[in-house]
Amino acid sequence: MHAVWLAVIGTIVFWLGYRFYSKFVAERIYRLDPNFVTPAHEYNDGVDFVPTKKSVLWGHHFTSVAGAAPIVGPAIAVYWGWLPALLWVLLGTVFAAGVHDFGTLVLSVRNKGQSVGTLANKLIGKRAKLLFLFIILILVLMVNAVFAWVISNLFIKFPASVIPVFIEIPLAIWIGYAVYKKKGSMLIPSIIALVVMYGSAVLTSKVPALQIDLVKYFGGAEATTLFGLNGVSLAFFVWIVILMVYCYIASTLPVWKLLQPRDYINSHQLVVGLVIMYGGLLFLNPEITAPITNPEATDKSWFPLLFITIACGAISGFHGLVSSGTSSKQLDKETDARFVGYLGAVGEGFLALISIIACVTVFSSVGEFKEAYSSFGAANGGGLGNFIAGGAQLATGIGIPADIAGTIISIIVVSFAATTLDSSVRLMRYIIAELGTEYKVPSLTKTHVATSIAVVSSAALVLLPKGPNGFGSGGYLLWPLFGTSNQLLAGISLLLVSIWLKRLGRNYLVTFIPMVFILFMTIWAMIQQVVFEWSGLGATDMNLLLFIFGSIILVFAIWIVLTALKELTKRDTPTNL
Amino acid sequence: MNLTTIKKLIQLYDDILSVQHKTEVAREIRDEDDLFLFLCLSETLGLPNPAFYYTLELYPHMIEKFHDWHLRMGMEKSPLDGLRCC
Repeated sequence: MHAVWLAVIGTIVFWLGYRFYSKFVAERIYRLDPNFVTPAHEYNDGVDFVPTKKSVLWGHHFTSVAGAAPIVGPAIAVYWGWLPALLWVLLGTVFAAGVHDFGTLVLSVRNKGQSVGTLANKLIGKRAKLLFLFIILILVLMVNAVFAWVISNLFIKFPASVIPVFIEIPLAIWIGYAVYKKKGSMLIPSIIALVVMYGSAVLTSKVPALQIDLVKYFGGAEATTLFGLNGVSLAFFVWIVILMVYCYIASTLPVWKLLQPRDYINSHQLVVGLVIMYGGLLFLNPEITAPITNPEATDKSWFPLLFITIACGAISGFHGLVSSGTSSKQLDKETDARFVGYLGAVGEGFLALISIIACVTVFSSVGEFKEAYSSFGAANGGGLGNFIAGGAQLATGIGIPADIAGTIISIIVVSFAATTLDSSVRLMRYIIAELGTEYKVPSLTKTHVATSIAVVSSAALVLLPKGPNGFGSGGYLLWPLFGTSNQLLAGISLLLVSIWLKRLGRNYLVTFIPMVFILFMTIWAMIQQVVFEWSGLGATDMNLLLFIFGSIILVFAIWIVLTALKELTKRDTPTNL
Repeated sequence: MNLTTIKKLIQLYDDILSVQHKTEVAREIRDEDDLFLFLCLSETLGLPNPAFYYTLELYPHMIEKFHDWHLRMGMEKSPLDGLRCC
């Protein structure tokens, strides 16, 4: 079967979902009102609350939610074959992510543009807000650890990408300064920055001396180096330390100095990546070499692990934070919410779809696929590398040489992961400060104390667990935990929308069913991992750190279910909405 | 595709990418304005202001901005007795 059919099927399903299902939800369930005065108009302050054209807001929403996660998840999940991953991405986007992103946007618009955390406080109570904060704290901690490891892994596998990625930092600072101080446009400087980055990618791909290969510098993978570590472990250690120092600096600087202009360059990269891969797919139209389902994937069952392995790209709680945090404050008309929220999720679905396509077409035979995806651990460790190789192969369809395409795709993935990483360290800093205020620990509200806690705990989480490849490979183990905390967040957001709909006397099944599904899968997956894998009761040794984190998430998940049942079975209907 | 359509597309693309940045720059500028407002009103808060006689002249021009500020801070009425904007 040719891979282009996956793209065609995906496009049709997404189109049907948007055209019919989202229309039904908008008209019959959320009952959008074109005359409702949105917060953007009611509180228009020219800064946070600004009415924005729906096409512009959709683009902004999509570029905010799209990152490395919708690429990593599917790249791992094709381990069970391409069909389960494809079905979950398509059905998850249409029936879960779409209504989730759309619903949180509408709920926030109907409540003065308040965030999901504040709404949890309002709809359920103060305990729910704290629970929400703790789950976000765990989520960002996972994100920091996983993405620090992902970036280090890519720097080791694709040393040609190191210089172009680091060149982006001074370029972004230059753009930030030029735009902020001189009030210029950002379009031309950022395109120049992109050209410089990709120009350096061509150079580093062709000149081996420009490739920063730490493993080689440390005497090769087998060499024994400092503290008895081998070359790869030491390279991981050095990259993780460098990334954490970078995160510390990036997350304490004003946003306009580095993060914003870098996001701007990365938005170009998102467009470039999607265009070269989908364009290449049309011209190359490669054969799918991966199996439909993989009967040899027996070490981990796809049910329920598939549903937490692909979080972003099928349903992601993080989107609710963007929907309710920024997009709801800029919505011009309430009826635009369908276009912005639902289509934002569809955009991310397309990113997940190309990730599946890249990973299932990169191998020349089924045997080669099965060798690369020999175990779930191998899929976790090698999935992203397979995506880059597959994406590079697709890019050759529009005439880009394979080595340069590989470097460019790895730069795109690293840039996404780096943006996610430093935004998440910043977010963690804010949450620590908020918890400090809540529990009256003033020292936690100080920028450098909160940032130090964020950075040190993230570094410890990625370095301490003993991964399958020794020191520094703890990131291998964390992906399911990341997916779990993300899905829990999505569960809470869907619960809030369900409670809101119930109190308005409307049919809340469209959000309630995905909520039950996602919470059930999360809890089941957590019980399997916490009880049978990390506790030491099963066939494997105890892993204390993961056991503690897993147990905390499991308790939170059960707590949410109980809260949900209590709230949804209440007979009274308060009128504070 | 004619030139006008291409220009429109480029404009849309620029708008999409810069919307977030514009917000951030506007927020930074607003923070600086707030700081300036605070410095001008420092005397009313009990902080000695050597330029008081000059900043006093600015009060009529600041009153509208001050009104916006206290609304933004969640105070429906002016928190300062000396400044009755509403």
